[in-house]
Amino acid sequence: MTKEIFHKIESFPHKHLLGIAQLSPHEINYLLDRASDAIEINRQVEKKKPVLRGRTQINLFFESSTRTQSSFELAGKRLGADVMNMSVGASSVKKGETLIDTAMTLNAMRPDLLVVRHQAAGAAELLAQKVDCAVINAGDGAHEHPTQALLDALTIRRAKGKLARLTVAICGDILHSRVARSNILLLNAMGARVRVIAPSTLLPVGIEQLGVEVFHTMKQGLENADVIMMLRLQRERMSGALVPSVREYFHYFGLDSEKLKFAKPNAIVMHPGPMNRGVEISSAIADGPQSVIQQQVEMGVAVRMAIIEELVRPTGKGGGDG
Amino acid sequence: MVDQTILIQNGHLVDPSQNIDGPHDILIENGRISDLVPKGSQTGTPDNAQIIDARNLHILPGLIDARVYVGEPGSEYRETISSASKAAAAGGITGFIMMPETNPVIDDVSLVDFVCRAARDTAIVNVYPSASITRGFKSKELTEFGLLKEAGAVMVTEGKHTISNAQMLRRALTYAKDFDLVVAQETSDRDLVANGVMNEGLAATHLGLPGIPREAEIIPLERDLRLAALTGGIYHAAKISTADSAKAIAYHKGNSNRVTAGISINHLSLNENDIGRYRTFFHMSPPLRAEEDRQAMIEALGDGTIDILVSSHDPQDVDTKRHPFAEAATGAIGLETLLAAGLRLVHDERITLSRLVETLSTSPAGIFDLPGGSLRKGNAADLILVDLDKPWVMSEDKILSKSKNSPFEEARFTGKVLQTLVAGRIIYTNNE
Repeated sequence: MTKEIFHKIESFPHKHLLGIAQLSPHEINYLLDRASDAIEINRQVEKKKPVLRGRTQINLFFESSTRTQSSFELAGKRLGADVMNMSVGASSVKKGETLIDTAMTLNAMRPDLLVVRHQAAGAAELLAQKVDCAVINAGDGAHEHPTQALLDALTIRRAKGKLARLTVAICGDILHSRVARSNILLLNAMGARVRVIAPSTLLPVGIEQLGVEVFHTMKQGLENADVIMMLRLQRERMSGALVPSVREYFHYFGLDSEKLKFAKPNAIVMHPGPMNRGVEISSAIADGPQSVIQQQVEMGVAVRMAIIEELVRPTGKGGGDG
Repeated sequence: MVDQTILIQNGHLVDPSQNIDGPHDILIENGRISDLVPKGSQTGTPDNAQIIDARNLHILPGLIDARVYVGEPGSEYRETISSASKAAAAGGITGFIMMPETNPVIDDVSLVDFVCRAARDTAIVNVYPSASITRGFKSKELTEFGLLKEAGAVMVTEGKHTISNAQMLRRALTYAKDFDLVVAQETSDRDLVANGVMNEGLAATHLGLPGIPREAEIIPLERDLRLAALTGGIYHAAKISTADSAKAIAYHKGNSNRVTAGISINHLSLNENDIGRYRTFFHMSPPLRAEEDRQAMIEALGDGTIDILVSSHDPQDVDTKRHPFAEAATGAIGLETLLAAGLRLVHDERITLSRLVETLSTSPAGIFDLPGGSLRKGNAADLILVDLDKPWVMSEDKILSKSKNSPFEEARFTGKVLQTLVAGRIIYTNNE
């Protein structure tokens, strides 16, 4: 057996979590290990681990998101932090200047953590430069969604026991997907084989150079896959602009039992939600035995607890002037 | 019904797909070419074989016309799939691609199905449907390329329309690529065309008719060629008409083997002066150009810059043609004269017979991935017997097409199709 040389790290060395791109494989492993511990807490009757008592977490969501926001909220509360949700209508705040004004206002309230979702790529990074506290990127445009990639990785690791050398097929709207970008970065870093399957109109230019194999048919792309990640296709993108119709999209790229047969028999099926049943995935598969979609939601809370604790914990670097 | 076994003897076979240009005998069994041998090496004749003596005749693979407008559904009085197929057979055309410009526009699987069924039940030649690129030619929503292809559509095109939105065309080329589907476009800038009705130049000025500059075709064509290069899509410039268009095609072919071009026989045979005193049968889109353009296009067809020759058969009735020139519809029929007009270029020694056959049969089959275009052993016996030297005059009373708007009325031709076979059955015999 080859000796795995993983230098164990003792803490998370970053002030913010803005993207997977900034993380080393050791750091990813460290976060996943910490998240595994958090799963246990979440499964207890008493779900509190109040290490962050007295700390303040603000969820600043410029794009509405029920599941990500509640996952972050629950994660913060289970750690004992005071959590405030700010949902800012996408229309009222559009310009960078206003974003910074909002950030400065919040900063003056001395939070310890800002969780930011914004429709513009780079928004979380811009905010991180302006505030004193830790910042978690909860999705910025089509750039990154690091906690989603981490929760996906944890789900895969628990189902398959490893990440390295697994074949992972990501299917659907790669072009607009921050989930796909973060997952490609993370899975590549951890030694998985990543494929993308999509019509050419839903692929960004130069995707091959990110270290993925590109396929345009499910039959070829799913062959021998261990993991299938379906992506959500926004309705407005199926009405003739990038894809002619729901009917054609489901015919060629929707995951149904016929297409699932192309993958390995024990392949797991994932979806970041919310699902369009009958568009990218059939109900039979979404609710079937190979689906780990519910586990993903559970892992989401655990992963976010681990990250929040790392960034805000008392001995850490978070919390501005402390 | 058992298909007749046929032996064609003593003919001169020209089949560019196999580099054959010489005397060959052909045996047809069960609708397919079962044997093909140089003259004299045939060993015996099967019993019950019908023998066709093709002495002094040329045997060519059946022609495939990649641009044919039909009035079905919607304008059956102008042309039905059945009447077009009869005209095609008389012209030596054993297969054609039908434009989606019908009423309704062929933009949906059910309409492609309709065409396939109508063709199966009423046509005597092979009819291949094409589908529109966008729903209703509105340049807003892509049609279902994948499902349309599965239903039988062999390419997507907006017919006489040009997609002016570059983003829309980029997406169409990108999406079509996944299905190996050709995007064919006739380019014409609506704003530059404005109210123009013939080539811009001295002839138009003399007639007092508004002109259409060559740039109306070239500018969108160059844009399309760049988008084809950007996307890696399969692009066919369906109907070019100017010398500079051919140059643009040649330039982009240097970078991509997925770009092809076609030209209508009208633009190789006629020029703007043929309009004479406002003859509306010569009102075409793109307009007939100057003689220099025509000469350059013949060169381009010969040297391979232009890949295919089409009739652009476009039946129009008196209701759309009997008007002042500027108000008359564009278009001309051409199924019955395509080969004869093409043979003029051969007789004038501008291109070889083999090259003509390539542009009318081998290449369209290759570009649109159609059966036919080759008389290889095992292929369907779609072929024609042609007397290259037979003189004839195109008179209106002999036209089989339901519409009579031919620009070659009373034209003298040398070279006539004597017999047309589709899948080994004789579907047309010239009785003159």
